[in-house]
Amino acid sequence: MITESRLEELRRNAVPIKPDGGYYGMPLLKEPVWTWEVPAYFFVGGAAGAAAVVGAAAQVAGADRDLVSDARWIAGAGALLSGPLLVADLGRPERFLNMLRVFKVKSPMSVGAWTLTAFGTFASAALFADEMRKRTRLPVELIGDASAILSAATGLVMATYTGVLIGATAIPVWSQHVSLLPIHFGASALASAVSMLELAGHNEQALNVLGLAAAALETYFGYRIETDRAEASDPLRRGATGITTRIGGFFSGPLPLLLRMARFRKAAAASSLLGSLITRMAWVEAGKASSRDLRVPLALDGRHASGPRDQIGE
Amino acid sequence: MAVTGFFTDSTLCIGCKACEVACKEWNDVPDDGFRWSGLSYDNTLALGHSTWRHVKFVEHDASIGSGGNAPDLMTWQFSSDVCKHCENAGCLEACPTGSIVRTEFGSVYVQPDICNGCGYCVVTCPFGVIDRRPDDGRAFKCTFCYDRQKVGLEPACAKACPTGSILFGDLDALEKAADHRIAQLHAAGMADATIYNPKSSSVGGTHAFFLVRGDPKTYNLPPDPVVPTTLLKPGWNAVAVGAAAMAIGSLLAFALCGRPSPAASRHPLPQAGEGLSRERPKGRVRGA
Repeated sequence: MITESRLEELRRNAVPIKPDGGYYGMPLLKEPVWTWEVPAYFFVGGAAGAAAVVGAAAQVAGADRDLVSDARWIAGAGALLSGPLLVADLGRPERFLNMLRVFKVKSPMSVGAWTLTAFGTFASAALFADEMRKRTRLPVELIGDASAILSAATGLVMATYTGVLIGATAIPVWSQHVSLLPIHFGASALASAVSMLELAGHNEQALNVLGLAAAALETYFGYRIETDRAEASDPLRRGATGITTRIGGFFSGPLPLLLRMARFRKAAAASSLLGSLITRMAWVEAGKASSRDLRVPLALDGRHASGPRDQIGE
Repeated sequence: MAVTGFFTDSTLCIGCKACEVACKEWNDVPDDGFRWSGLSYDNTLALGHSTWRHVKFVEHDASIGSGGNAPDLMTWQFSSDVCKHCENAGCLEACPTGSIVRTEFGSVYVQPDICNGCGYCVVTCPFGVIDRRPDDGRAFKCTFCYDRQKVGLEPACAKACPTGSILFGDLDALEKAADHRIAQLHAAGMADATIYNPKSSSVGGTHAFFLVRGDPKTYNLPPDPVVPTTLLKPGWNAVAVGAAAMAIGSLLAFALCGRPSPAASRHPLPQAGEGLSRERPKGRVRGA
């Protein structure tokens, strides 16, 4: 149902009928209906997936067992939190199980639902076994370690697939970056997992190296976005969504990179966490702004389409 | 069962909106507000969760020989829009519950008893047709009157159309009729009449196609709609690259950076500026 304010906005941005203005400048695409739970899930699920990867790598390399335990906690708790976030965003939350009614390899959301199910199972099994190992003499270590490896394998998908989820859509700013988003989100997820572990008190040099690498990658992606002249990328550089994207990018890339080089590890970790969350919010909001932009779907010459351009970032 | 389609000929449309009304009545679609848009006689503005047929009023400066009541004042064209029922449907491919299916008539149908309102179809429709109804929670769009077709009736909009602008029937026969019609219009001097059916795009053609005058862009019909499934390959390739980098990077980091001294872990991090690891014991610099 069109609200009065939305109608007012449409009226304000209406343009006379001309081939370069579409149909009175009306948006061609529908705006994403997702609310804050979805980008929050991108953040939580991504961090959980990457934490499982970091934990398994530490486990395989024979690193400190406390680090492995804490990584399992982040993975398990994140997986547990992911479900409710996704269910809350459904129009019919009570039907969430319909997600597991079919498996469709061509639907990134179907692949994601099954991946989250598998990841949640393995991550919570690994966590449970670890707690059992600490408290009892039950021989659960092998089961726990095997589950942790499986949670890391699915965690790799958890940390990256959300890039395909929004990239393989009709929304111009998302589809334009379908090859960048999975790696961008992966780096962001790795940075948050490492940061959580550091804030939990771990100071292994390996975590710092991973944090540096992720921050360097995020700096590079920020540069790529900043220098991208494509019309579809406008919401990442203009208007309110442009500001949010830049704030997220600053806290994910250059700031933690500098802080790590200056050896302020905890500050870098806090900055990365904040940046990762803002970055996911910014991408979803940029998608909403992008859906109102006629120029890409109608292949318009942007210089004349004054109506739609004014709507960017509102 | 034969594949059926809609052929909407805008040169025959008189803008009466009988199709919109018939659709609402038959399908029991709720109202979507009684407000004046100020844009010609179009107060519905776009297809949506509660508008499955939408008559566009394309009103622009006078151009000789192109429709309109008073040629010296303006030109007026109408076209009834509807879900395109794509050959390669983005919504259908993306639907994670299997709620959206291809029917025996070739149409794309949302099963309301399955849909859980995830909203993924909304962002994967290249025509901006399907939408989630806020007070219901599920996604809705034109059903191609699946229930009517099941019992051999034509869709409500086509039945109600008083001028034959909305034609319903066998898809192949409709395409032939459209070719015939466009030849007839061109022979009559309407050189700007075109058929909109994006067969060469990745959508692969639509089961509801249109005949419009002028540039289809003025009807918000995209020249090259992309079905998002074509983006899966580059997307999953990037996932493979990102996942491999993360796995190898994490293993290398822990393998090469060595184990910290047992005392180092689980202790509070050194204050800013202090040495942080065994590797850099002399890293003490002046604090901030």
